[in-house]
Amino acid sequence: MSFDLDLVLSFGPQILTALAITIALWVAGSGLGLVLGFFIAVARRYGGKPVDTLLMLPVELIRGTPFLVQIFLLYYGGPYVGLSLDKTVAGLLGLTVYGAAYYSELWRAGFDAIPKGHLEAADCVGLDRSQTMRRIILPEMTMLVLPSMVNMTILMLKETAILSIISVPELTLVVSAIGTEYYAFVESFTILALLYWGLVELCGAAGRHAERRLSKYRFSVS
Amino acid sequence: MSLTPAIRVRGLVKRFGQTTVLDGIDLDAGRGEVTCLIGPSGSGKSTLLRCIAFLEEATDGFIEIDGEPLGFAAGPSGERMRLPQSAIRPVRSRVGMVFQQFNLWPHMTALGNVSEALVIVRGMKRRDAEARAMAELEKVGLSGRASHYPSELSGGQQQRVAIARALALEPRIMLFDEPTSSLDPELTGEVLNVMRDLAKTGMTMLVVTHEIGFAASVGAKIVFLDHGKLLVQGTPGEVFGKPRHPRIEQFLDTYLDRGAATLL
Repeated sequence: MSFDLDLVLSFGPQILTALAITIALWVAGSGLGLVLGFFIAVARRYGGKPVDTLLMLPVELIRGTPFLVQIFLLYYGGPYVGLSLDKTVAGLLGLTVYGAAYYSELWRAGFDAIPKGHLEAADCVGLDRSQTMRRIILPEMTMLVLPSMVNMTILMLKETAILSIISVPELTLVVSAIGTEYYAFVESFTILALLYWGLVELCGAAGRHAERRLSKYRFSVS
Repeated sequence: MSLTPAIRVRGLVKRFGQTTVLDGIDLDAGRGEVTCLIGPSGSGKSTLLRCIAFLEEATDGFIEIDGEPLGFAAGPSGERMRLPQSAIRPVRSRVGMVFQQFNLWPHMTALGNVSEALVIVRGMKRRDAEARAMAELEKVGLSGRASHYPSELSGGQQQRVAIARALALEPRIMLFDEPTSSLDPELTGEVLNVMRDLAKTGMTMLVVTHEIGFAASVGAKIVFLDHGKLLVQGTPGEVFGKPRHPRIEQFLDTYLDRGAATLL
């Protein structure tokens, strides 16, 4: 038996399609998770104690259980409560909710890190709540939370592989199926590792670029 | 000329839980005058200033700005009523605030910090707002630093930008909360000079400060707070001249090095 990359690479078009699906799920899941997480963080911060407590439970539940278990329960358990979803839709929904739970905690840390005086200054010059949110809090928070957001987004990419257990035709499912069919496990998983790694490096580079652009307005005052 | 003081405070009380920080303050700040609030740490002088900026809501009492009630007004039978937001905004907009920690927004340049409210709150065109902001930066001697971010400026420069940011909105009254307390001694002077120049233009200023020399030379009125009460007020000569109130004597001895106290 020899290490035969060509065999796996001969499935190039299928692999590329699967790669496209993985990227689409990753981008959509992360993007929606970021937005949903932001609203969860805002609601928990400004919605009063009952809202905070109400939202704490799902966030803790999501963060306290493996993604594999969550996605399995959503797809196979959903129909028991009248929630029958297409596997890709279930995958995207699961990924979004999973991401939102983590992203909401990162946004929350960002809110906490903005010095109170910056908001008082906004108040004193007459900015109202939504103007302060848009013009001061959001941009200032973005630079504070960017590194941890990039980190979480990298984790999100790797979590898309879990969606193979509900047969979403993403990269891991397709490439490992090729490996199983042709008994080329090492080759297929090598390809898999390289593709994920490449995407992670791309994401990391984009993050570093953004950080460099933002670095000139780092805090100088404690 | 109207005799209404620029700031009138009556019976102001502020409690944080069980702690009474302001215990019935009556204070008038004259129009076009510099009033300096001094006193030991924890005497309530910053809290008083923050109540006048409406960053804190007083527990009881009244504040008037140019004769108009700020936040709360007396009802028909003298009861204290909270005014609607629409009545609070215009009164607050007459007051500019400068903080001990500068509180510039780190993601905006000096020009951005000064022009932001002109665009967002006053609805000016970005180009006009920046021209106006540039003129304000010029006044504090920083037009050459307009495109710098706060992290690229010294503490003294940041505070001067913060003063320009407040002045751009054309307030009638400027509040300063220990504006030089977080600055190195050699940077303190440049901020005090800007404040001196501002005082000469006839701006009404209320300044919480530990700079006794500045208070004595620029202040028309010195107000000494102690344990949430207004203990002594008067001209610098009356407050610092001998014989002094024993509490002021003690304050000058304890909180200042003796060299500064003998300059008075």
